[in-house]
Amino acid sequence: MKRLIAVTAIAALAVALWPADTMAGPTVDAIKKRGKVICGVNGNRAGFSALDSKGQWQGMDVDTCKAIAAAVLGDKNKVQFSKTTTQTRFTALQTGEIDVLTRNVTWTLGRDTKLGIDFVAPTFYDGQGFMVNKKTGAKSVKDLGGATVCVLPGSTSEKVTSDVFKANGLKYTAVVIENKKELNTAFFGGRCDVHVQSTSGLSSARATVAPNPADYILLPGVYGKDPMGPVVRQGDPQFKDIVAWTVYAMMEAEESGVTSKNVDEMKKSKNANVARLLGNKDKLGEALGLDNDWAYRIIKQIGNYGEVFERNVGQNSPLKLPRGINDLWTRGGLLYSPPFK
Amino acid sequence: MGRPQTVSSAIVVSAPRRPPPVRETGIVAWLRSNFFNNIHNSVLTLLAAWALLVTLPGFISWAVTEAVWLTDDPKVCRTAAGACWAVIAEKHRVMLFGTFPYDEHWRGVLVIAIVIGLSVVSGFKRFWSYWLFAAWLVAMGVILVLQLGGVFGLRETGTHEWGGLPLTLIMFVGTVVGGLPIAIFLALGRRSNLPVIKSLCIGMIEITRGVPLITVLFMASLMFPLFVPEELNIDKVIRAQIGMILFFGAYAAEIVRGGLQAIPRGQYEAADAAGLTYWEKTRKIILPQALRIVIPALMNDIIRAFKNTTFVSIIGLFDVLGATATALEDPLWVLYAPEAYMFIFVLYFCFCFSMSKYSEHVEHDLAKGRNF
Repeated sequence: MKRLIAVTAIAALAVALWPADTMAGPTVDAIKKRGKVICGVNGNRAGFSALDSKGQWQGMDVDTCKAIAAAVLGDKNKVQFSKTTTQTRFTALQTGEIDVLTRNVTWTLGRDTKLGIDFVAPTFYDGQGFMVNKKTGAKSVKDLGGATVCVLPGSTSEKVTSDVFKANGLKYTAVVIENKKELNTAFFGGRCDVHVQSTSGLSSARATVAPNPADYILLPGVYGKDPMGPVVRQGDPQFKDIVAWTVYAMMEAEESGVTSKNVDEMKKSKNANVARLLGNKDKLGEALGLDNDWAYRIIKQIGNYGEVFERNVGQNSPLKLPRGINDLWTRGGLLYSPPFK
Repeated sequence: MGRPQTVSSAIVVSAPRRPPPVRETGIVAWLRSNFFNNIHNSVLTLLAAWALLVTLPGFISWAVTEAVWLTDDPKVCRTAAGACWAVIAEKHRVMLFGTFPYDEHWRGVLVIAIVIGLSVVSGFKRFWSYWLFAAWLVAMGVILVLQLGGVFGLRETGTHEWGGLPLTLIMFVGTVVGGLPIAIFLALGRRSNLPVIKSLCIGMIEITRGVPLITVLFMASLMFPLFVPEELNIDKVIRAQIGMILFFGAYAAEIVRGGLQAIPRGQYEAADAAGLTYWEKTRKIILPQALRIVIPALMNDIIRAFKNTTFVSIIGLFDVLGATATALEDPLWVLYAPEAYMFIFVLYFCFCFSMSKYSEHVEHDLAKGRNF
């Protein structure tokens, strides 16, 4: 009995002292051995990650994950999705339950440094916006004095609202509602004058919940910065590079006019940039520890950034978001891929 | 018994039977005794009738006459004035099966059928035997095969793909089947004379009862993985299941303890006097009586365990409610969430109400045979 107790105690101590952040080995090896990439997603965010009527995952974040699978494993369907919540998302990454977090997580210095995780490359830029009913006659936030504002408690939008109103010396009444769906219902039902949320959230609410979308306008001005993109565990530079260049490959493809439809023709292209991207020059894939067809597979199976955007949140989707700042730098947006050289 | 009966020789001429007064029979009497038996209740009845009159026509026109029953085009719903029940037809596969592969949903249907069928069979006393226990064990094996796949040519489906009603039912059955033995041992341990066992059991019960279920689930899904080495990555479903078993076990233990304390002291002493060992006494004398007393209270906890399965959506599992919430994110159908939630309401009500009715029946049944 004494020995049993001693053994148990030692075992318990060993478990307690085991460093929590040990690596199982390079992520890519683990992925190849397992045969699939495990991605943490939000699961409740239309256009980014949600289930369609057949229970299939759809969305921009989902496509980012599939692109990683196409690059590393050659097949976009070799993916597994794990629904994470705001509370579980970072732990899931830290403990190795997921390989990469493709979820709406805003890149901040605090998170990047304190959590043992690395932000890689933004795939979506968002910010907070103000939406009003046209009937109010408001043309800018300066006209909103005394308004009632619908906000989520503890959210970025709540903070932005208070900052913006304070900066303009205006008063407002906050209507705080815990649930995003009810917040939308309250606003379109006329319970408050102003709806404050991410601009993408506002546009999609207007397109899908508003009784008559034409009655509502987004006031000019985007407040706060919300760059969102895949997040990986710290300490695996190779995998971090693969995820980053997977994102860039889709942007570069759009910039060079390579789409999922014309990628086979483009493979014969003499253009040096396209040849490097599609693996016909300089063997860039090998430098990443992949084969040279990695980017070809991403574009062939998932498409370039523009295709992914339009399919999930843009004009070919019910959300109908404008490209806005999520456009190529050549067209005045923020998407800028480092050169493929 | 007692004194001999005397036979009366008087002839009784009975008057012709008259019908009872109108006020004492038929619908009038029924209305009077149930709705208008005093001023207070009459006012309440009128108020309730008025409330129904105001709300019911609106509800019926929303839910029935103006409703859209079947369409795969959400625009049709948008123009309709009533409910859009079509959302259930459109989304029922996701609501009921979550992320389980679409072509394999028949396996989920089988799982649901097995659990419901066997539960109904278990409700009949005449089937109560060791065979039933064996049947449950076999059923659980079959359910695992159906859900996991990978054998007999079934496509492999990991626990990350589990979802919907099968997941809810598996969590529920797992919680009750795993939790009841734990509850019995904890209750026995709490009344034990051995101080170590006693304090361990008390600690276990009180700590678990002292925190909300959400905390237990968060511990299981967030803290636990940080403590164990990475190679020992225990499945998320199993972690949640263990958390729920412990939670149910701690609560049920207190109910079982109530039953143990209700057994008259004489029973314990008689068993001791007969020279039975502790386990013989417990198994043959105490537990059969104690469990019989606590069945109604246990059923109450079991129903709660069924509803508690909805908490797993918080740690990222798609139970029926979680899958419904996700299914309704679809921007084309997001407006019709109330209709879908009403469907879920009816679903939960059917399960919980039938369990509640059954526990009522068991209670009556037990009361019949009781003589103290």
